[in-house]
Amino acid sequence: MSVKRDLKTKLLTINMGPQHPATHGVLRLVLELDGETVVNCKPYVGYLHRGTEKLGENRTYPMALPLTDRLDYVSSMANNIGFCVAVERLLGIEVPERAKYIRTIMAELTRIANHIVWIATHALDIGAMTVFLYSMRDREWILELYEMACGARLTVTYPRIGGVRADVDQEFLDHCYKFTEEFPKRVEQYETLIDQNRIWLQRTKGIGVLTAEEAINLGLTGPTLRGSGVPYDVRKFAPYDAYDKVEFEVPVGKVGDVYDRYRCRMEEFRQSNSIIRQCLEKMPSGYVLAADAPGYDMAAGPRKKPAQPSAPKAEGAADTPQPPANQPAEQGPAFEEIYVATEVPKGELGFYFVSDGTGKPYRMRIRAPSFVHASALPKMCEGSLVADVIANIGTIDIVLGECDR
Amino acid sequence: MNEIFGTLGLQNTSFIFQLLIVLVKIAVVIAVTMLHVAYATYFERKVIGHMQVRLGPMRVGPHGLLQPIADGVKLFFKEDIIPTAADKTIFQIAPLVAVFATLSSLAVIPFFETFYIANINVGILYLFAMSSLGAYSIIMSGWSSNSKYSFLGGLRSSAQVVSYEIAMAFSLVSIMLMAGSLNLVEIVQAQQQYWYGMYLFPQIVAYVVFMIAAFAETNRTPFDLPEAESELVAGYFVEYSGMRFALFFLGEYIGMIVMSSLAVVCFWGGWTIPPILTQLFPFLSNIPGIFWFIIKVYFHIFLFYWVRATLPRYRYDKLMALGWKILIPVALGNLVVTSIIKYIF
Repeated sequence: MSVKRDLKTKLLTINMGPQHPATHGVLRLVLELDGETVVNCKPYVGYLHRGTEKLGENRTYPMALPLTDRLDYVSSMANNIGFCVAVERLLGIEVPERAKYIRTIMAELTRIANHIVWIATHALDIGAMTVFLYSMRDREWILELYEMACGARLTVTYPRIGGVRADVDQEFLDHCYKFTEEFPKRVEQYETLIDQNRIWLQRTKGIGVLTAEEAINLGLTGPTLRGSGVPYDVRKFAPYDAYDKVEFEVPVGKVGDVYDRYRCRMEEFRQSNSIIRQCLEKMPSGYVLAADAPGYDMAAGPRKKPAQPSAPKAEGAADTPQPPANQPAEQGPAFEEIYVATEVPKGELGFYFVSDGTGKPYRMRIRAPSFVHASALPKMCEGSLVADVIANIGTIDIVLGECDR
Repeated sequence: MNEIFGTLGLQNTSFIFQLLIVLVKIAVVIAVTMLHVAYATYFERKVIGHMQVRLGPMRVGPHGLLQPIADGVKLFFKEDIIPTAADKTIFQIAPLVAVFATLSSLAVIPFFETFYIANINVGILYLFAMSSLGAYSIIMSGWSSNSKYSFLGGLRSSAQVVSYEIAMAFSLVSIMLMAGSLNLVEIVQAQQQYWYGMYLFPQIVAYVVFMIAAFAETNRTPFDLPEAESELVAGYFVEYSGMRFALFFLGEYIGMIVMSSLAVVCFWGGWTIPPILTQLFPFLSNIPGIFWFIIKVYFHIFLFYWVRATLPRYRYDKLMALGWKILIPVALGNLVVTSIIKYIF
């Protein structure tokens, strides 16, 4: 289409956010529009900055744990686990088997809960309202499971460095099993609502395409990367907790558009469900907290392994597991730098610690997947329509609490 | 009656009497419609609620029955905010136009055989005129708010209404051909020639086109782009609050009633029921026509809600493509086929 040269036109700059129903929090996008086409898209972050990294430096490792709940408030359990796994590797704490399995169950429940929130908001943004309520109904189930395990629903702080806070009871396991039996049917319900819907396909196919190369270069992780066909998953490549003991597939897409990422996450529902199932079946008995788990006030100085490892003290302990008396670590960690990544629902959540030997990290850096994903927005949005911006924000599954930290 | 007026010193009493009747009719129609709109929102929330595994309003009154009244009172007493940068006059007129256009459309709708405010010979044209007038309110509000979101919403709507009005007009032209009239009462009566008493079956293509266009005309999901909640926040009425906002809402719901009534009148035989039914079950003819009319209208309104609970939103360019590349050719083709068949038989 030719444009009349003497006709003076101007791009329309609109501020999408920080207060906008579809930017999933306080993301601000400055869009330059030529009609309905996005010419320029600039994401601005930082409206929810709470200084989590700095706060972490002023607290001992166990005291910094509740901060991680507030990162990605949709999947707080996964953040807790990510933090704990990182600190455990820094301190060299061996987690009891049972705690590993419980954590894996919790991480996967969280993945399901997170993807539920994702499909709910993503579909709502695209206009399919009913999916929202169907999926939120099922999220409630997971929150009830959380509540059963630790009493909290959203900011759980259930995992501890060296295990989990309390053992789960049989009632939890039974409910969890019931959930895994029922949940695949629920996923089918969501799919019935949108999977073959022509409008849904029109809105998602060929939108926000990222090739594998582009996705890797942008540093994307998680389902957002896997949608482009890269089978990268921390759970497979650097297994933690019980992930090396369960079997699961890493679903990948082909084209790398919104639809592929949607399919990836829908498939992850099923994979997570199967992981929970396997964990429930293999769940060993035993302690849920390592004997050398650090107390809240960690002292300075290089850390030594306790003389007595955290083995059960009696033969019959496996039948009636009694948590060992918590022995606060007398010493802090060694001088060390460590980066440990875990696969949270959004992607790769990394914790980078610089330890100066005290009980507090000298530097705590959080690699937040949402922050990295937000940087992919210009690439995805430029040249597309305003309506696609919404689809793209939905597809990268961004939570600003994590993005701004 | 004439004597009463005579003693009051009024000449030409039959004219005044007629005028009074019309005024009463208008009052009745408006009152019923307003009450209906209030409860149409309740009905919508209940229907969509139950489709979405929840209950809808339950708190105000038994089963939330007083919810619409509470909402109305709330909106009425809300602060009326006019943005400082807005064009005040147009900003204030726009919601009135929205309600005016849809309310005056009701004038030609025959609710039953003897109840209509005006039985004019260009009924369908009048409805078209009024429904296009509604687009002005959207453009005016979008422009005068001086907000980019409302501006985009207003522009989207003008494009949408222009494209879908054509498809809608073509679908109704075939009805005009079938009935040989633009008068809505005559269109209803003409449908009685079939044993099934409606144009729905011979004109099923036109009906589908009409319904899709009606969704677009009333800015309902999946064509609610002008007010696309997630993209444009609320679209053209994003800057409105209180009663002015309520007027837009009112306009939308009355628009839905008008479109449903038009569909019922043109395709479903209006207040009549299929002659075959009255022959088989003679007692059905004792039921007043308004009953059938309301049932049919409510079916269509339910359809609006059902679609809203089911479908995602179209994207702007796809919406245009659907209107121009599919609906208009289909409606035109249907028109040609109808004309040929009409000519031969």
